[in-house]
Amino acid sequence: MSPALFLLLVAGLAFIGWITGRARAARFTGTGANRPHSLPGYHGWYVALWALAPALLFLAVWGFVSPGLVDATVTATPQSAAIRLDPADLTAEVRALGTGALTTAFHPEVVPLVPVFQRVQTHYDVIGGVVALLLAFAGGAFAYTRVKPDFRARTRVEQLVMAALLGASLIAVLTTLGIVLSLLFESMRFFARVSPIEFLFGTLWSPQTGDSGTFGAVPLFWGTIFIGAIIAMIVAIPLGLMSAIYLTQYAAPATRRWMKPILEVLAGVPTVVYGYFAALTVAPAIRDFAAFVGIPGASSESALAAGLVMGVMIIPFVSSMADDSIAAVPQSMRDGSLAMGATTSETIRKVLVPAALPGVVGGVLLAVSRAIGETMIVVMAAGLAANLTANPFSSVTTVTTQIVQLLTGDQEFDSAKTLAAFALGLVLFIVTLLLNIVALRVVKKYREAYE
Amino acid sequence: MTETSLNDRADKQQAAHGGTLKMTARDVDVFYGTKQAIKNVSIDVTQENVTAFIGPSGCGKSTFLRTLNRMNDTVASARVTGDITLDGKDIYGADMDVVQLRARVGMVFQKPNPFPKSIYENVAYGPRIHGLASAKPDMDAIVEKSLRRAGLWEEVKDRLTDSGTALSGGQQQRLCIARAIAVDPEVILMDEPCSALDPIATAKIEELIHELRGRYAIVIVTHNMQQAARVSQKTAFFHLGTLVEYGDTSDIFTNPRQTRTKDYITGRYG
Repeated sequence: MSPALFLLLVAGLAFIGWITGRARAARFTGTGANRPHSLPGYHGWYVALWALAPALLFLAVWGFVSPGLVDATVTATPQSAAIRLDPADLTAEVRALGTGALTTAFHPEVVPLVPVFQRVQTHYDVIGGVVALLLAFAGGAFAYTRVKPDFRARTRVEQLVMAALLGASLIAVLTTLGIVLSLLFESMRFFARVSPIEFLFGTLWSPQTGDSGTFGAVPLFWGTIFIGAIIAMIVAIPLGLMSAIYLTQYAAPATRRWMKPILEVLAGVPTVVYGYFAALTVAPAIRDFAAFVGIPGASSESALAAGLVMGVMIIPFVSSMADDSIAAVPQSMRDGSLAMGATTSETIRKVLVPAALPGVVGGVLLAVSRAIGETMIVVMAAGLAANLTANPFSSVTTVTTQIVQLLTGDQEFDSAKTLAAFALGLVLFIVTLLLNIVALRVVKKYREAYE
Repeated sequence: MTETSLNDRADKQQAAHGGTLKMTARDVDVFYGTKQAIKNVSIDVTQENVTAFIGPSGCGKSTFLRTLNRMNDTVASARVTGDITLDGKDIYGADMDVVQLRARVGMVFQKPNPFPKSIYENVAYGPRIHGLASAKPDMDAIVEKSLRRAGLWEEVKDRLTDSGTALSGGQQQRLCIARAIAVDPEVILMDEPCSALDPIATAKIEELIHELRGRYAIVIVTHNMQQAARVSQKTAFFHLGTLVEYGDTSDIFTNPRQTRTKDYITGRYG
């Protein structure tokens, strides 16, 4: 009997509980003050959940506990005592063979243990399944006896639903926390080898295999800011803002209907496609242009190419945030200004944009945080040379590019070179987190102003 | 003794003789898409009088008010036909600039809508866009004069740099009136200016309307009949997009000629 079958049986019991609980409650009558507290459906759910929840909880716990028990039993058999292997290695290999994860054994002597393992495994599976079934039955029966006209089944069911919803949101929170912790621990291992001062303030970035090389990340930070926060924003802020103004204030409804979705398609283009475009079309064009006008130091991978394309990618973010903020300025402001004899453009410049500014700023900050975390475009178009330069035609590298560079290929995961990737990731995470917090606060404060 | 300080009865008698024509509307129709919101309305607005538009909700009184300074232009589906003149000139004519028109015909809205700027900047907004003041002292003078006329100066003179949106509802509405006055308009349109205010703030606005009367031709839309009776000398009753009756306020309220007017005024519907 497999665990899946037991799960099915538990579900079946819960279903029966639902039917019987509901049927029992359906017979309740009474009016006025004696009206049954909950609808029959709630009683049904109450019984079903009592059948389901304890059994599932037990199975979840059993899933963690039983492998240990299985391993202990297998190690305790006389056959395994005869094998001269570390017990942990032994059980791991037997388990791998027994579940089919491994087809040929490293140590032929463990093969006789495989049937033993399978027998023990089945034994514990059956124990777990039967206990779960008993729990389901007991829970259901207990709940069934509580089904009475004045029993507050609705309240109980709603409490449980709320708990489930809370659990769902906690998963996201805990995952974030887990990511932060893993970044933190790996970064600490890195900082045990390389001093944080050197990492944060050093200007030479040259990681070598193993622990050698220099890890001054300033050129990376500069490259990230240069591409993501400067060049990309020079492109995205004016274009995004102007397109938002056009769409909200000037465009005929029919124009807006087709233009806005197309603009938003830009946000849906996979970044790797932007990457091709940057690397194969924009970058060579910029290099040729630079060579034509005689700008020195132009390379085929340039900050300008990556930044320009990234700016285009960000336009929909800025535009849609600006669009929302301008649209959120009450119509009465616009009317008030127009009624004073202001033209549409005066109204936009002097009333709408200032009133929408905090929302626009919030949108820009969110766009920056996205731009500096963006990877594919810079990997393909910005280059790998860690130059500390303000020349947009030369090649620079970014934090994300270097993370990719450090972690791709065959790498051992305990050298300063690979651990540096986690430290870089941590810095990036902290910066984008701060940007997001500030942006959300700005946007929130602005929303309050009109409520 | 000035005209405005005469007592009410005398005012009404004078109103009965009419006044100087400021704006006229002849056979005005307004359509929103295919729906006709205003049907064949003809009315005169006089310089010396406050004209009140009354009628049940949705009767078209606000729509008609907004045709007088072409605010309906901002509604894409709106279409206005008929003749509306200001000092004898067609305001929908080719040679009428809407910017100029709105500088001459100001508007105060139902809900106070100060800009999210300082009190000073709110009032200075209109003079700035129309280039009425070239230097800071001139602008200061305009702001003070406008706030004084709107009866707000004493309350805000020490905090002109505070945000206009931080004022109370009644103060905000007087700020909006000051803002409208600041460009020195000839006509002021008020679209239910007190509907979002408490009785005390309402009383202040009504008092202000009395004081402004004569200096500006005032048209006020209200759904409060007592208010119409208190502040206006001429009243127009709108119903279902038509102008049912137009005349001296005293006549409309004491001796209406139409049964529909009478029914509305006596509270039988609306």
